[in-house]
Amino acid sequence: MTTIMNKGMRPLLLGGCIALGLAPLSNASAEELRIGFLAPTTGIFAQIGKDMVNGFQMYLDENKGAFGGADVKFIVEDTVGKPDTAVTKAKKLVLQDKVHMFMGGLLASTGYALAPVSTAEKTVYLSPVAAADDLTQRQLDKYPYFVRTGFSSSQPSHPEGQWACDQGYKTAVTIGADYAFGYEVIGGFQKAFEACGGKVVQKIWPPIGTKDFGPYIPTIKRDADIIFTLMVGPMSLQFPKQLRAAGFNKPVLGGGTSYDEFVLPFMGDEVIGHVSALQYSAALETPKNEAFVKKYREKYGKVPSYYSESNYTTAQMIDEVIKKNNGKFPGAEDFVKQMSAVEIDAVRGPVKLDESRNPVHNIYIKKIEKKKMFGYDKEELWNTVIKTYKNVDQFGQFDKAEFLKQPVYSRDYPPCKYCQ
Amino acid sequence: MFKSQTAKIAVVCAVLAAVAIVVPNTNSFLILLATRILAFSILVMSLDILLGYTGLPSLGQAAYLGVGAYATAILASKYQFGFGYDFWLVVVIGVVLAAALAAVFGLLAIRATGVYFLMITLALGQCVWGLAYRWNSLTGGDNGINVRGRPQFFGLDLANEITFFYVVFGFFAASLLVMFVLVRSPFGRSLAGIRERELRMQILGYNTWLHKYIAFIIAGAFGGLSGVLWAHTAGIVSPENVIITTSVDAILMAVLGGAGTLIGGVIGTTIVIGLREYLSTLVPWWQYVLGAVYVLTILYLPSGLMGIPERIRQRGSESGKTKVGKTEDQEKLASAAS
Repeated sequence: MTTIMNKGMRPLLLGGCIALGLAPLSNASAEELRIGFLAPTTGIFAQIGKDMVNGFQMYLDENKGAFGGADVKFIVEDTVGKPDTAVTKAKKLVLQDKVHMFMGGLLASTGYALAPVSTAEKTVYLSPVAAADDLTQRQLDKYPYFVRTGFSSSQPSHPEGQWACDQGYKTAVTIGADYAFGYEVIGGFQKAFEACGGKVVQKIWPPIGTKDFGPYIPTIKRDADIIFTLMVGPMSLQFPKQLRAAGFNKPVLGGGTSYDEFVLPFMGDEVIGHVSALQYSAALETPKNEAFVKKYREKYGKVPSYYSESNYTTAQMIDEVIKKNNGKFPGAEDFVKQMSAVEIDAVRGPVKLDESRNPVHNIYIKKIEKKKMFGYDKEELWNTVIKTYKNVDQFGQFDKAEFLKQPVYSRDYPPCKYCQ
Repeated sequence: MFKSQTAKIAVVCAVLAAVAIVVPNTNSFLILLATRILAFSILVMSLDILLGYTGLPSLGQAAYLGVGAYATAILASKYQFGFGYDFWLVVVIGVVLAAALAAVFGLLAIRATGVYFLMITLALGQCVWGLAYRWNSLTGGDNGINVRGRPQFFGLDLANEITFFYVVFGFFAASLLVMFVLVRSPFGRSLAGIRERELRMQILGYNTWLHKYIAFIIAGAFGGLSGVLWAHTAGIVSPENVIITTSVDAILMAVLGGAGTLIGGVIGTTIVIGLREYLSTLVPWWQYVLGAVYVLTILYLPSGLMGIPERIRQRGSESGKTKVGKTEDQEKLASAAS
């Protein structure tokens, strides 16, 4: 019995000892740049979290762990994909590790949760992935220490809607995950598509994480010209399969996450020809991207997704600022100011920030093709770029002032005028 | 019995005093963690009243935390209400709303027992989650609501983490005391009686339905209090707070520490939140530790960590052959009351 009891207690004691013994002491030195990184490293989004960390780590490794002469202390914390855990961890980074800035967060909800922490703690928060529109739109004033380096949800949708019009499509059915990111991506598409004469005739909202689209696919209006989808994670894999099985042959367009390189390797041939839009494609034919893809693939055994690229580029931007300051962190306010002025030639193409601290960059319209690329000898699915919209900001073809007067995209906005 | 009871109370008081003295002198992240643990402990203790004392395994306790938290967040963000003395009004509102919700849910749930009770509370909890998730205009949907700033009153500024810790600590200690008195009252004893054998209590003339119903409402009220504090602790209220895993967390914490002991729930909460939010900042394999703790506790300490002293005593009496013939029921009752 004693041994059994001991066994039961051992991990507890162990945990306790570790907790007590390893309490990290933060010792600040002038030449050290401390960057906190929040990503889901456990739980259902763990793999995406890994892509995020890898992107940043790769840039760091390329620069031997230093930005502009300052040694970078890169501290990764697990958010478990929960907003309030993310907040606790962000506070840990700020209060205990005394980081100069923290970055990360995956879901829109995490972004909305972390931004107020940056304001309260007067610490820089960089968001390479969390795309919630309003952080750099209607709520911008509340978050003076927030800089987005990725994209705002609806940013790629605006050109994509225009592109759909240009192809002569007149009517569309949208089907997208029922949460903020879904509303914003689909809302952006609808606004743009209807602004150039298209009509969204039906909007379907399956819950996030839906694995069986059986109840939804038969309700899709078959006379619409196109389907616009916004899927995330496993949803992305399941939907095209079931759509094909249901004998649907109309063109399919989607938001970036429906077909990004994170899900693409696991997809079947049924997605060939599907079109999506994002600020990055691994199949971008520039020397810079080719080198990036090859190096990343060699290092981590997979094609980089936009999650990796975005964090790699963010690291590059931070590096740029720190270099200008000769390896010193200029203080939160100046850092934000200087960061906003950075213009770099990134893997995704030229990137600069607009006055709302949201990136202005190319949006690529991408079509899935099965082909060989960059000298790899196997035929694989690639997001071939078929059209580039240069230097697109978050308002796209719309007037900023007018855009900001409308409410943030939601389940009910824009209203479905042509739905019956 | 009386002697050990006094000793236990003394130990708990000493530990609480130590916490109140030591924690504010540690670093601010630990203060934050301690605050979170105390706020969430109130929910776990409230669940323990149902699970441990009444024998009702509620799988929807997070709903009451959600009501309290959302009430606080909505009042704060939409009406700027609750940042001064009116904070106390928010506490009352949170508690009353949660109790009212429990009163409605109780009508539906209390008729069932065992696994059926579990399922009904699960379903009701999911209704609250559904509302939080889909009622965008009120709850902000998936994005949740940010609570900016904390109340100020009596010259106290709760934005100061140490001050806030003491306030939460005060609420926690008061809740612990009230619940402790409650479970030791005749009412609490009859709850334990219902847990052990409801039919017997009915034959003795107790209105067991009413007892359970009242316990359910009281637990809901404390859940609401926990929610009000949680909203200010976390600074964000989102559907994640009312999702099923939060309810399951609460059950696991109560069981881990030892159901039917109140203090066990606090220990469970400390261990789980401690491992999840502190150990995870140190090592990447924290989940294995958490998993091992769960599995080993369930395998070897079915009565939770609070069962350890009992087991030691049992072993002592076994070896000394002095164990007197107590029935199992009596023993459980005694340990439940202690």
